[in-house]
Amino acid sequence: MFENFDLQKAIFGRLTLESLPFHEPILVVTFLGVLIGGAAVVGAITYFKLWGYLWHEWFTSVDHKRIGVMYIVLGLVMLLRGFADAIMMRAQQAIAFNGSEGYLPAHHFDQIFTAHGVIMIFFVAMPLVTGLMNFVVPLQIGARDVAFPFLNNFSFWMTVSGAVLVMASLFVGEFARTGWLAYPPLSNYAYSPDVGVDYYIWALQIAGVGTLLSGVNLIATIVKMRAPGMSLMKMPIFTWTSLCTNILIVAAFPVLTGVLVLLSLDRYVGMNFFTNDFGGNPMMYVNLIWIWGHPEVYILVLPAFGVFSEVTATFSGKRLFGYTSMVYATVVITILSYLVWLHHFFTMGSGASVNSFFGITTMIISIPTGAKLFNWLFTMYRGRIRFEVPMMWTVAFMLTFVIGGMTGVLLAVPPADFVLHNSLFLIAHFHNVIIGGVVFGMFAGITYWFPKAMGFKLDPFWGKMSFWFWVVGFYFAFMPLYVLGLMGITRRLRVFDDPSLQIWFIIAAFGAFLIALGIGSFLVQIVVSIKNREKLRDTTGDPWNARTLEWSTSSPPPVYNFAFTPVVYDHDAWWDMKAHGYKRPLSGFKPIHMPKNTGAGIILAGLALVTGFALIWYIWWLAAVGFIALIATAIGHTFNYNRSFNIPTQQIAETELERTQLLQSAGA
Amino acid sequence: MSTKAHTGHGDGGHDDHGHDSGHPESTFKGYMTGFVLSVILTAIPFWLVMSGTLGSNQATAVAILIIGAVQIVVHMIYFLHMTPSSEGGWTLMALIFTVVMVVITLTGSLWVMYHLNTNMMPMDPSQLP
Repeated sequence: MFENFDLQKAIFGRLTLESLPFHEPILVVTFLGVLIGGAAVVGAITYFKLWGYLWHEWFTSVDHKRIGVMYIVLGLVMLLRGFADAIMMRAQQAIAFNGSEGYLPAHHFDQIFTAHGVIMIFFVAMPLVTGLMNFVVPLQIGARDVAFPFLNNFSFWMTVSGAVLVMASLFVGEFARTGWLAYPPLSNYAYSPDVGVDYYIWALQIAGVGTLLSGVNLIATIVKMRAPGMSLMKMPIFTWTSLCTNILIVAAFPVLTGVLVLLSLDRYVGMNFFTNDFGGNPMMYVNLIWIWGHPEVYILVLPAFGVFSEVTATFSGKRLFGYTSMVYATVVITILSYLVWLHHFFTMGSGASVNSFFGITTMIISIPTGAKLFNWLFTMYRGRIRFEVPMMWTVAFMLTFVIGGMTGVLLAVPPADFVLHNSLFLIAHFHNVIIGGVVFGMFAGITYWFPKAMGFKLDPFWGKMSFWFWVVGFYFAFMPLYVLGLMGITRRLRVFDDPSLQIWFIIAAFGAFLIALGIGSFLVQIVVSIKNREKLRDTTGDPWNARTLEWSTSSPPPVYNFAFTPVVYDHDAWWDMKAHGYKRPLSGFKPIHMPKNTGAGIILAGLALVTGFALIWYIWWLAAVGFIALIATAIGHTFNYNRSFNIPTQQIAETELERTQLLQSAGA
Repeated sequence: MSTKAHTGHGDGGHDDHGHDSGHPESTFKGYMTGFVLSVILTAIPFWLVMSGTLGSNQATAVAILIIGAVQIVVHMIYFLHMTPSSEGGWTLMALIFTVVMVVITLTGSLWVMYHLNTNMMPMDPSQLP
């Protein structure tokens, strides 16, 4: 019976030397670049002896502020990867005319468009949104941390593990060639027997655990830990949108997990949920994944709406117009976002009655969104508007998002959708709302809260450079796609026959190049700001003359956020406090009970990564070991009773005294 | 497996959400009632399937679904200690939201998939016109 026993297979599964893509020159060069860059980073960290600092102060930190910052760093790093994919596609499509095959083989091109979508949604937009919520929400509600600080650290590292798996697929094996939602039957074993879809599945499953748990965490935080006096209708709008987003996460992500479990059962044990034969039905996959997928876009955009609300109110120097209607619009969008999923597959053939129902619900959702826009406009009306960088992003958002919204309503008309489905018009539409809504929102939010997180503002000149490159680049990159889509060009094409189309793709590629300059300017902005940090220093803790509680503490806030829990009488609590001549308490501190840092989160996520990698490559023994170690570590961690400490009064008094002196020197 | 932040909250007065409304049925008697009820509600479907008392398969399936729904309610009351007022109404609100979501997802999927199957699935050659 041992004749058939293959030792190599037993140890390495299907991982062989051929899995490493030596035959693809682009990948080899990329890999060398990553190796050299990675070695430089590791070398620099070692040279400056930063490993201990990073491990003790950041990686194992349970401080929501640090975790928030790490999420945003993850999002920005992955943005570079996702954007590299984008510019490769734009370059390919700009040159693949007149018989030219371009420079990307089909096998590679298909992986690139899949990876671009997966990375941009799951590992750029989600970490940026989660990071911002993590950083801002506890400060905005006057809490000292999130409800479950360790869980927060664990969630972050699970997201990182997912991102690492996607990145690993670049150099070990390959990524899915199915499009970002991996529709079966293409994604099923019969048509994609290689590891690509398995990378997709396990990256999303592992990151999904993190997303779901951080959703639970933030809901508990917002519901249970608001400062006294902050009733629901006195919460800042960003906190409201965060609450709704996290409710959506908790309600929607299990559906994604479920549908991916069914797909894995199909792929791993030969079940037939989504196959063509044996009673399988691929349409069910499309139905289920969009039940998650549509709420997902609102998960991304609601926090961005929250950012715009805070920014508009602050930089117009006015209370937000129509606070109550803003809250209700948010809640209505939360519910309605569950009633529209079918508009993603009008053309699959559900017929007139079903299509018209979902077409109408889709159009209805533009009503609360429109109400929000009018609220922002009326907030600006007769306001004393300061066009600082966050406000510029907000105005650009209002203009851009309206165009995206209108093309969205156009696509919501089923007969129109039959013409435009899967065309570049659709691609232009969703980039219009995701870049114009989420990305602009995240840049507005990062610029707005950067001084709070780091203690100094971002350099405005490079911020404006980044802004203009991004906005102009966006219009150059995506307006041509609307034109092409109306001409009937479909998405994901690698080569083109009609030479008259080339000019549009060249314009789009030029737009992508401008966006590259925008991203470059953003990175320069960070470097320049760090260099000039003394000049950009925020000593007051309230650099924008803002309205909500996070600006009442120092920049950056102390570990414990607030020496005394603030008491809230009105929404825009900090504005209210300033108006009533609030005096910082300077004595009478009490010890503060805080959670201790722990390495358990990063270890657990590391084990999850190993387990995922083993499952992708069929290395069953390693998967079993990894999974058992995962459970054992999790149980082991529950016996760690030494998980909190008190910050002594003395230390708090010193920290607060420092702030008092800083404030006096600023005031003098 | 997480550290709940006992974040001090300055001079107290912060914890006025929830906590107050005790835990109903959190007694030995409550747990026993719940346990016995769930055993009975689990046994009935087994009996229905094994004896075939209801005759048709469809009736049996419907009966099992109904008993399953009752089972959910029993668990919520006796094991999860849910009442309309627990946690200051948040539990009830979360429950209503969940029910709405589940109903939308299930009925929506059934409706959509019924139409898709009718319109799009391969037909028996005999059904072709």
